[in-house]
Amino acid sequence: MTASAVATKPAATNRGMALPSARRLLLWTGLAVLIAWVLVPIYLVALGAFGGRLGVFRWPKSIWPSDLSFAAMSQFLAIEGVFNALVNSLIAAGLTVVFSIALGAPAGYALARYSFRGQNAYRLLVLLTRAFPLAILALPLTVSFIRLGLYDTPFGVSLIHTVLALPFAALVTQSLFMGIPREYEEAAWVFGCTRFQAFVKVILPLALPGLAATAIFAFVISWNEVFAASILTVRERTLTAYLLRILAESPLHYRFAGGFILIIPSVLFIFAVRRYLFAVWGIASK
Amino acid sequence: MPARPSWIPYALIAPSVVFLAALFLVPLVQTIWLSVSAGDGLSLENYRRMAGDLNFALAVKNTFLLTLVVVPLQVVLALGMATMVTKLDKGRDLVLWVLTIPLGISDLAAGLAWLALLQNTGYLNSALYALGLIQGPTGWLSQETPVALFFAIVLAELWRATAIVLVILIAGLQLIPKEFAEAAEIFGAKPWTRFTRITLPLLKPSLQSALILRTVLAFEVFAVVYALGGRNFPVLAGEAYVWQNDNQNYGVAAAYAVLIMAISLAATAVYLRVLRTRPEQLP
Repeated sequence: MTASAVATKPAATNRGMALPSARRLLLWTGLAVLIAWVLVPIYLVALGAFGGRLGVFRWPKSIWPSDLSFAAMSQFLAIEGVFNALVNSLIAAGLTVVFSIALGAPAGYALARYSFRGQNAYRLLVLLTRAFPLAILALPLTVSFIRLGLYDTPFGVSLIHTVLALPFAALVTQSLFMGIPREYEEAAWVFGCTRFQAFVKVILPLALPGLAATAIFAFVISWNEVFAASILTVRERTLTAYLLRILAESPLHYRFAGGFILIIPSVLFIFAVRRYLFAVWGIASK
Repeated sequence: MPARPSWIPYALIAPSVVFLAALFLVPLVQTIWLSVSAGDGLSLENYRRMAGDLNFALAVKNTFLLTLVVVPLQVVLALGMATMVTKLDKGRDLVLWVLTIPLGISDLAAGLAWLALLQNTGYLNSALYALGLIQGPTGWLSQETPVALFFAIVLAELWRATAIVLVILIAGLQLIPKEFAEAAEIFGAKPWTRFTRITLPLLKPSLQSALILRTVLAFEVFAVVYALGGRNFPVLAGEAYVWQNDNQNYGVAAAYAVLIMAISLAATAVYLRVLRTRPEQLP
């Protein structure tokens, strides 16, 4: 599927000079293939999730839905540990959002509004995190977390997830605050606001949509992370850690149900932040 | 920007500096320390055990092979997608939304989605059966079919992680002034020439960051592989996980981690050098 999509592209542009309508047709054919390429696996895992035990072993399979039911999904959610894992995932992701905004946004504001010594060193520290496989850093944290009582808690997991999300939050909020003119803030100072009041009353409302997008990214980063979450938990597993642990022994339809639950928030979130996606990655990739 | 130095910016960055120091720099040093300490003193014992492990050579080979196949394909595919999307005017946002959905999908979930397609009684086999190519349910993801398993993992990785390259490249394409291509067109440059002589060179900074990001992530590939093939296809991060969780040997796990970090850093250094952009080359 992918190979054909790539191969048609140069042909499309060449022939397009002579035949604009044929070129449009090729373009849309290629895009239709790509859209199917993205959506079909999601659709099929959804069929698997709602098809239950029988659906998994039906042979040969039809791509059309037949006897789907929520029973399969509710059975999965009723398994001991699944619901708990879901809650743990939500707690860890929620805490990651709070930490990465609370730590990242002030740093982003400082980078946007002030020039100070050590600015470049700070930027380097943030960018350096990208050259390291961060999840791997969870290995030694096992020992320290056991000592601190953070091992096997969603709070501990959220700390390492914040390391993943924080650099991202700092860089995104930096550009966010740079987009809000300084003069607004200065005007508020003239009218007698303190720096803090000016920030809360003038800047924050303007920055809110961008901050929300940053928060959603942090949530998704934590929700999806597998390696560190699996290493730092035993009983209080997050959903990804739980699914990874049961991979070998659980029946296929449970795995698909788990995969489907993991995918759903991602799809909705990407929809919610689609306006910010390119702005965010344009900056974050500098 | 205020001219006189102030304590405010330092107060603002301090919490994040402390946090990153505690949870990034300290674990980084600890991992290295853990990997070179055995018993009382310094030794390379952990590395010897790592290299002596049955799965080690296979894990190195698999991880490199996967990265070398997946990352270039992703860049080509994302360039193709980006070129197609930028030609659109109607429906552009909707198409982009669909194409970027995998960006938010966990590698574990991606592996499970492709498992639904590729398992023994899955949809691929059903399609092959309908075409008369196979007699009945066939396994593709076992130890007996390493090549098929490899391609399954490549497909899942392409599906999941091409979106991030696409987003970075589109963000980069938006920075290139339209006038350059228009000028080239007036001078008679064909679309392919315009692409290779104008778009690609100006896209170099974006390509560089996309490649760094993807390569670092590709070397820690783990959950996709586990979801599809279990331990049938050893990779470096998977071995680190097994040594840490199943064998409870933190030293060898740390040695694997250091190896992954060293490879990632080396790859980053290569990209920074090969794809460096002089300031005057920026659009």
